Amino acid sequence: MINKEVRNVAAALEGVEDGMTLMLGGFGLCGIPENSIGALVEIGVKNLTCISNNAGVDDFGLGLLLQKKQIKKMIASYVGENAEFERQMLSGELEVELTPQGTLAERCRAAQAGIPAFYTPAGCGTEVAEGKETREFKGKMHVLETAYEADFSIVKAWKGDEAGNLIFKGTARNFNPAMCGAGKITIAEVEELLPAGSLDPNQIHIPGIFVNRIFQGAKFEKRIEQRTVRSK
Amino acid sequence: MALDKDTIAKRIAQELKNGFYVNLGIGIPTLVANHVPPGVAIEFQSENGVMGMGQFPFEGEEDADLINAGKQTITTMPGASFFDSAVSFSMIRGRHIDLTVLGAMEVAENGNIANWKIPGKLVKGMGGAMDLVASAENIIVAMMQVNKRGESKLLKRCSLPLTGIKCVKKIVTELGVYEIISEGFLLVEYAPGVSIKTIKNATEGTLIVSDDLKEMSFS
Repeated sequence: MINKEVRNVAAALEGVEDGMTLMLGGFGLCGIPENSIGALVEIGVKNLTCISNNAGVDDFGLGLLLQKKQIKKMIASYVGENAEFERQMLSGELEVELTPQGTLAERCRAAQAGIPAFYTPAGCGTEVAEGKETREFKGKMHVLETAYEADFSIVKAWKGDEAGNLIFKGTARNFNPAMCGAGKITIAEVEELLPAGSLDPNQIHIPGIFVNRIFQGAKFEKRIEQRTVRSK
Repeated sequence: MALDKDTIAKRIAQELKNGFYVNLGIGIPTLVANHVPPGVAIEFQSENGVMGMGQFPFEGEEDADLINAGKQTITTMPGASFFDSAVSFSMIRGRHIDLTVLGAMEVAENGNIANWKIPGKLVKGMGGAMDLVASAENIIVAMMQVNKRGESKLLKRCSLPLTGIKCVKKIVTELGVYEIISEGFLLVEYAPGVSIKTIKNATEGTLIVSDDLKEMSFS
């Protein structure tokens, strides 16, 4: 067994520097690596490029990094829940690249899988395709999209083991699996870190080979963005 | 009388066929789930990674790890599954989803759709909409036909940045049901009590009235 466990979040984030590109898992506030984001705020690294489906809310998730102006460029598919984001984008302080959600996921997966680029129909004929190669397949236009290049992938899983194997829960899975192994170094924060042998190999979602560093998060707030209920 | 949003959803629900996997967008499309015809077995996908989505949870039973694409807490139905975002869009891009219902700011008579961006104003992003409209074979737009300023949203050409080109097949609004044909918007159904004149006035694009025009029914 190759042991991927690191002591804590600080050890996990060793080597993260100003100007780097980070991929961060999560959809909305669901399944975000909240311990790592909190530590990035404390470390104070700046001029980051962040690849993440959303940009958090004003006081949680990537919104915390935005508040401290630590993000130079954001690559996301939907950012509607964050007033500070919108302000920084419209004022030109923050560079933003909006990309279709499926394309964002596939650009992560392509990086993980060693595929430099792929064609997708998403965005053809729209401003997303401007300046990109297009090609017709089976009578339909497609746009060439490239794999992302990131220095770190930072993901969140439900359970993990010392070998770096990961299991996700519910819709907190989202972008996390495709980001594992997509960056040069992958950091996984988990709710529960178990000894090797504790997880059934049949149930592993992401094998440890895609994970370089794993740690158990000190605390998970798991904030709900839109609490919606029905009456009994 | 023009329909309310829930009645638009009820009309769209008639398009749900047994065995359909369905993706519903935010807004009016979400309401379609409340009107699944009896005896029709369908599964709702939410592109953040769940197939077999159920109702909202009872108070106290919310799970932060279980949300839909609108970030709302949800439940799952028997037979549900979870998957990652790449797999989710394999379902969409790979045309495994049978029906996509989404909202729009503008639809053009050639099937172009704009629903993600108002330049200089609202910056939200396209989310999964571009992937959905580029690949779905069966797309229904659910929207109000006239915006808050009284302007038609069924246009000759979209003025807002596009989400997708030549992809919309059918539109259901508070006034009628339209199919996109090569000549423009084909009016196939009108809302009960709504005149053709009202519909014409609310359609900036080319409107063709179907020879088989009928009143919408909801049973």
